[in-house]
Amino acid sequence: MHSGNSWRVVLTENWQRGGFGLYVHWPFCAAKCPYCDFNSHVVPAVDQTRWARALASEVRRAAEETPGRVLSSIFFGGGTPSLMLPETVAVVLDAARQGWVWANDIEITLEANPSSVEAERFRGIAEAGVNRVSLGVQSLRDADLRRLGRLHDVAEAKTAIRVARETFQRVSFDLIYARQDQTLEDWRTELTEALSMGVDHLSLYQLTIEQGTAFGDRFNAGRLRGLPGEDLSADMYELTQELCGAPGLPAYEISNHARPGAESRHNLIYWRYGDWVGIGPGAHGRVTHAHQRRANEGWKQPAKWIEAAEAGTGDRQVSVIDPQNMAGEYLMMGLRIPEGIDLGVLHGWDPQIAPESAIRELEGLGLVWKTETALGVTPEGRLVLNSIVKALLP
Amino acid sequence: MIPLNRIRNFSIVAHIDHGKSTLADRLIQLTGTVQERDMKAQLLDAMDIERERGITIKANTVRIEYPAKDGETYILNLIDTPGHVDFAYEVSRSMRAVEGSLLVVDATQGVEAQTLANVYTAIDADHEIVPVLNKIDLPAAEPERVAEQIEDVIGIDASDACLISAKTGIGIPDVLEAIVKRLPPPHGGDPDAPLKAMLVDSWYDPYLGVVVLIRVMDGTIRKGDNIRMMQTGAKYGVDKLGVFRPAMQDVKELGPGEIGFFTGSIKQVRDTKVGDTITTEKKGCETPLPGFKPSVPVVFCGLFPVDSNEFEDLRDAIEKLALNDASFSYEMETSAALGFGFRCGFLGLLHLEVIRDRIEREYNIELITTAPSVIYHLYMKDGEKIDLHNPADMPDMSKVDHIEEPRIKATIMVPDDYLGDVLKLCQDRRGLQLDLTYVGGRAMAVYDLPLNEVVFDFYDRLKSVTKGYASFDYQMEGYREDNLVKMQILVNDEPVDALSMMVHRDRAEMRGRAMCEKLKDLIPRHMFKIPIQAAIGGKVIARETLSALRKDVTAKCYGGDATRKKKLLEKQKAGKKKMRQFGKVEIPQEAFISALKMDS
Repeated sequence: MHSGNSWRVVLTENWQRGGFGLYVHWPFCAAKCPYCDFNSHVVPAVDQTRWARALASEVRRAAEETPGRVLSSIFFGGGTPSLMLPETVAVVLDAARQGWVWANDIEITLEANPSSVEAERFRGIAEAGVNRVSLGVQSLRDADLRRLGRLHDVAEAKTAIRVARETFQRVSFDLIYARQDQTLEDWRTELTEALSMGVDHLSLYQLTIEQGTAFGDRFNAGRLRGLPGEDLSADMYELTQELCGAPGLPAYEISNHARPGAESRHNLIYWRYGDWVGIGPGAHGRVTHAHQRRANEGWKQPAKWIEAAEAGTGDRQVSVIDPQNMAGEYLMMGLRIPEGIDLGVLHGWDPQIAPESAIRELEGLGLVWKTETALGVTPEGRLVLNSIVKALLP
Repeated sequence: MIPLNRIRNFSIVAHIDHGKSTLADRLIQLTGTVQERDMKAQLLDAMDIERERGITIKANTVRIEYPAKDGETYILNLIDTPGHVDFAYEVSRSMRAVEGSLLVVDATQGVEAQTLANVYTAIDADHEIVPVLNKIDLPAAEPERVAEQIEDVIGIDASDACLISAKTGIGIPDVLEAIVKRLPPPHGGDPDAPLKAMLVDSWYDPYLGVVVLIRVMDGTIRKGDNIRMMQTGAKYGVDKLGVFRPAMQDVKELGPGEIGFFTGSIKQVRDTKVGDTITTEKKGCETPLPGFKPSVPVVFCGLFPVDSNEFEDLRDAIEKLALNDASFSYEMETSAALGFGFRCGFLGLLHLEVIRDRIEREYNIELITTAPSVIYHLYMKDGEKIDLHNPADMPDMSKVDHIEEPRIKATIMVPDDYLGDVLKLCQDRRGLQLDLTYVGGRAMAVYDLPLNEVVFDFYDRLKSVTKGYASFDYQMEGYREDNLVKMQILVNDEPVDALSMMVHRDRAEMRGRAMCEKLKDLIPRHMFKIPIQAAIGGKVIARETLSALRKDVTAKCYGGDATRKKKLLEKQKAGKKKMRQFGKVEIPQEAFISALKMDS
């Protein structure tokens, strides 16, 4: 029997549409990749018992703040979460199981490096409860893997994909394209090969030069050569859509492809602007409490975070997001997926955003579509999504 | 009163870097006019810009006492004149104030175009000319060849030229003797006649107000006199009277042949006109000195602040500069592209650059300078005549009967290795060859050229095709009709006012194409394709298409990125608001700056 209170929770979750997820950040890597701007750190040794305890206590704290929720997804991201011992994963999952009701078909993903060392650990990780892995393959060319600073080679990656498919229910892997000196034909060959490897989910990212990374510094100094120009990048993106569409892995987000039904439920929470708890150094969360949407952000430095977490909370700050910012985030995230956004929800938060005139202009250019209740981006619009969002922001 | 026969007034004619200022320094030094410890290089060039560019903008003067070998002490007045063609009128007035010139030529370089123009001005003023060959201490010096060149090109006797090195001091005493022996004393001059003095130059001094440099022709000016400017009719009392040594030194009176200054609570330099005749308020002279003409700007451009918030600062700077420069004109201008600014008139390109540099440097305002333009004479079908200063103001062509443009006579001297390139450049710029002669290894080409082709980027092209070896000078030659049109630039079918220009019909396609190509690279891609066109009236003569933006998307965006990625998009959106909007197209300010750059 539903009490009045839980009825309201259901209503709130109805507009969230994305369900409710848990993100756990493991901040450590064996080596820092030159293109990566994520919160990752290379340290000589990690006290995994201590980390497991701290992460679990943060999970329990978050669960106390969100009673009555049904957890539909857990995601271990990083850093390199495949460096976690299976016991560490198990401790965190136990805490989550005690804290929330789990959906029957809960998706539990862990990001893994496709090295031989980590592949050996897959069995234990699966036994701890993980049912989906996302492998950071990045390239099927050894020379490019070295340029990207990866520690594995193509043969190891292929073995890791095979072992993963034998071990986990669902397997995805990442590739980075639009790399230095890569031609359209190079990418056609490489992606065709990737599509033949039998996975039902692929994340295909164009290499992005981020400030504050080793590539960023080299780029600023004019020493990162051979990057594709705008036209070649666009051609590569279009080729990607074409090649993935044929075998039935259409894009369900800007850079993510899946066989229908095999989409990452966790990532859809973000794009549908649902609620998620963020745990770990530098992790962000968005949780609705009493009609307010709260954002939390963990301390970025692992040492600082673990001390804070042990003292009570790893959060550096918790703030309430005002409706205008909610609308902006919803617009930016929601237009990444083909289903688009609910205009009633959007304008309920901010009547100024996405004005009719701007929508009509973009519609005229064939970049967006609009129904009575929803707004979405056409396949043509996806490639210029940032410009579309800028045109629609107030 | 000093007897006329013990006064010598002279100027120095020289090309940039041929050693004019250094020679002046040596003359001052050798006669003990300035204490050794007060000497600094190029004493007479007061402004930083003058020192840096090695040019003289304002006339300067110094009075030197020289005990000659004949036992008499002479008063030598040196007027250092502006050497540049932009200031041709000022040069001609300074020349009229003295009786002789030293023609300084670099013995390693020979005669240059600028030297020629100034030496002819000196000859026009009936000067005695003493050739001085400088830098004879350098191994590359060829005094005989250069002396021959002076005789060939200028047509004056150079057999007894002074051979000097202003840098080391060699030959300087000979120069002083030559001034006394070979230059004439001032002509005539009656100290008791009504006062007749020429206004040679004037400038603003923060302590004294306007300082007026004069040459007394007839009569005597005394401290306390009430004087009248005959052209402007303005009247002033003489508060302070003196000479430059080169510091100011008060005197009680200045008689015929003397050069000095006075002040008289004159607030603006604008109130004083170079070439005006100064006389006493009562019992003044009857007729003014001949040759006066008010200065007229010939080159125009818009000056806009890069930061539109600095408009008031720019107004302030321009007003202050105009107080001290009567030849510089300005009026407010608004441009859809560049906002508020000023349309300014200058005596020439150098004058433009000097003013622009001073605003940027002394007032610290970053400027956008629009393409320089000249004054076109528009003859309308209804008989009206319009002076067009700004292509944006061009009336409907159907009402215009014909257009005249200013022409110049350009003299270019160049080593003959580069002659072909120079002739081609002049031809490309619609030049008509008037003369071509050779002097030794150098050619002298004289061309009739349209001024608008010269103000565009002629100097830079000339420098680049001759690796800097050409010298160039010009004088205005009046107006002539030609097939001139206003070329507009349209971006996404919207005209962009700041980019319109007057061009010759035959050159329009080329200029239009160049501008469209340049803008195509400068305007960022939009979500739609943008035609960039050059048009004359309704007719498109050049077109480029800026294709639509193809890719602007963030590859990765997950929960943890939302805050940062949204801020980035908002920042980019705010950046777009700073752009200038033309219809649906946003053009960054840098695009205008680059498109309008003169040197490209």
